[in-house]
Amino acid sequence: MANVEMNGSAIVIKALHDQGVDVVFGYPGGAVLPIYDEIFKQNKLRHILVRQEGGAVHAAEGYARSTGKVGCVLVTSGPGATNAVTGLLDAMLDSIPLVCLCGQVPTHLIGNDAFQEADTTGITRPCTKHNYLVKDIKDLARIMHEAFYVAQSGRPGPVVIDLPKDILMGMGDYTPPTKVKHKSYNPRVKGDISDIKDAVKLLAKAKKPIIYAGGGVVNSGPGAAQLLKQFTQLTGFPITLTLMGLGAYPASDSQYLGMLGMHGTYEANMTMHDCDVMLCIGARFDDRITGRLDAFSPNSKKIHVDIDPSSINKSVRVDVAVVGDVGHVLEDMIKVWRASQAKVDQKALKQWWKKIEDWRAKDCLAYQNDTKVIKPQLAIQRLYELTKHRKDVYITTEVGQHQMWAAQYFQFEKPNHWMTSGGLGTMGYGLPAAMGVQVAHPDALVIDIAGEASILMNIQELSTIMQYGLPVKVFILNNQYMGMVRQWQELLHGSRYSESHMQALPDFVKLAESFGAVGLRATKPEELDDVITKMLETENSVICEIAVAQEENCFPMIPSGAAHNEMIFGADVDTENAVSEDGMVLV
Amino acid sequence: MATTSIYGENPYHEDVLTHTISVLVDNEPGVLARVIGLFSGRGYNIESLTVAETRHKQGLSRITIVTSGTAMIIEQIKAQLGRLVPVHSVSDLTLDGPSVERELALVKVDGVGEKRVEALRIADIFRARPVDATTESFVFEIVGNTEKLDAFIELMKPLGLVDLSRTGVVAIARGPESMEGQD
Repeated sequence: MANVEMNGSAIVIKALHDQGVDVVFGYPGGAVLPIYDEIFKQNKLRHILVRQEGGAVHAAEGYARSTGKVGCVLVTSGPGATNAVTGLLDAMLDSIPLVCLCGQVPTHLIGNDAFQEADTTGITRPCTKHNYLVKDIKDLARIMHEAFYVAQSGRPGPVVIDLPKDILMGMGDYTPPTKVKHKSYNPRVKGDISDIKDAVKLLAKAKKPIIYAGGGVVNSGPGAAQLLKQFTQLTGFPITLTLMGLGAYPASDSQYLGMLGMHGTYEANMTMHDCDVMLCIGARFDDRITGRLDAFSPNSKKIHVDIDPSSINKSVRVDVAVVGDVGHVLEDMIKVWRASQAKVDQKALKQWWKKIEDWRAKDCLAYQNDTKVIKPQLAIQRLYELTKHRKDVYITTEVGQHQMWAAQYFQFEKPNHWMTSGGLGTMGYGLPAAMGVQVAHPDALVIDIAGEASILMNIQELSTIMQYGLPVKVFILNNQYMGMVRQWQELLHGSRYSESHMQALPDFVKLAESFGAVGLRATKPEELDDVITKMLETENSVICEIAVAQEENCFPMIPSGAAHNEMIFGADVDTENAVSEDGMVLV
Repeated sequence: MATTSIYGENPYHEDVLTHTISVLVDNEPGVLARVIGLFSGRGYNIESLTVAETRHKQGLSRITIVTSGTAMIIEQIKAQLGRLVPVHSVSDLTLDGPSVERELALVKVDGVGEKRVEALRIADIFRARPVDATTESFVFEIVGNTEKLDAFIELMKPLGLVDLSRTGVVAIARGPESMEGQD
């Protein structure tokens, strides 16, 4: 087929069509006007006009995480690109596939401190998986296709393409995606079979095993979650999930111990600490997971399955490493397990489960209820109870206490239904992410569980939500504090609540109404169910403000500088001495 | 205040080793910044770094990095380099078998009389070649491993060393195998 000559912007749009992009989140500006002109001339690609570029990136993240597809962003040069940076790094740390198209000043002005010029590739180099500056229109189509390939291959991540205006307006040839093959980037997806055999051997001999799975399972696709379930049930081993992995294994299953880590369950963390064989699948031994490294699961043999070789032995040394895609490795693992007729020591496993049940019996998520004020935990529990019968419920969160309570008290049965900023911890993530999820799933129930501080960081996106008639529900737990900051100040800094009190808060009901959304409020426990029900029944977008206990802490918790078996609980906290002097320097 | 932490204290106490790492990359804009940014961003050391295009037709460059760290850090450095998109291959010349390492230096020595004669005599012993001369100065070119260059430079100091330029280490594995593959 002969190549067709067209202008740069048309090449960009054609490449997006050919890559199967149906939605792009963006904000126009001088340098990208030619692309917006091409968008105007076609109907296949839908553009969602956000209110700030940061919102566009988070929306694309929500879109990507709930669909498994690549999220697409379009911003202008200079401030457009710099506003996108936080979202790009967020996607980088949480391994979310994105392609972000940035406008740039014409090539002859690059380096000239031109109007709205920024060194976008320089700024975004450490915040992206890869980035490109297109200097020759001959490379444009190839780079567009390569970017999509790079974003979704191996460990997914964000890719930036910097597009100078003269390139967008110049004429060039279009190359279809089938003709583009990447020169150097070819990540391994199949695990080495001898490593897998070693892993199975180790697992079969385990007396006190644990499976610890993370976001890699979600990224690998729904098939990987199915295989994880199959393998877990085949072995009868206990399983715990990271914050990023919630939904990768059904929360209702009896083998599931809940989330692990800093605010994970007692049973999950104790099982991690005391186990003799650990199978880590698609997780990366993050510091929120391990606690103090030299006391992390001290007596276990560790197996690590990860698609990214740099995750192996990064912070925790492992005994068997399998580099490959979680789905492929699990498939092979099940085959090898069956072929070798691996038999677990059932007696030992039974004893292990008995011990785990003892830990579970501690009921670490129990909290003191109150008749006068709404406990935040209760609010999440009721939200879950009143929505769990629904088929498709997507939850996004902001960052802070409400995020951890959502992770603890909301139960996820399926992957891709939980969107939270895990690695970067970006306040203001949830509302735009919910917007992106709702764009991808117009008929689903999408709820942003938020705090009153976080929601104000990207509240402008409510305007976008109204423009496109997206029925996003915002469920704000309002404790009038930056709750997690206040909690740490209580535990670490003698309750000196420096700058963590939220003063001059808006009236959230009126705020919602001013945007054209519906505002609801509950201040007493007896109002809670009615307000939630009303929120769910409302077709329009809703801000639902729940006034919750102000100084409630998020427990259980592994304090900074402590090990998994040194958790503290709501009931028995001596807030004076909860964190050691040594732990104070940590975040 | 605090002396230990969940991040700070590395539980694996190990010796710091020096490794020479060879990286084959696409010769595209920004590739060197990507490699250097990786080292500075993750707190790795660069003791020396050289880069030049080695295969023009394929657009490939070879970067030779001398770095130091514990065995775990060295492993991380290689893995982190390996996951950069324009990187074709990474090889650890210190670990993967015998290799040849060379460095070139241009050494300017300024002096008259006995010192000048002595400089020339030592240069001869080190097989350093004068590549520029005036009545009161020499520029010597010397090739060898880092230790040899260090020794020569040390000897030149009292004899009037005024300027010095070094290339940094280039290295290649011994034997017939290529890290650049067939072409």
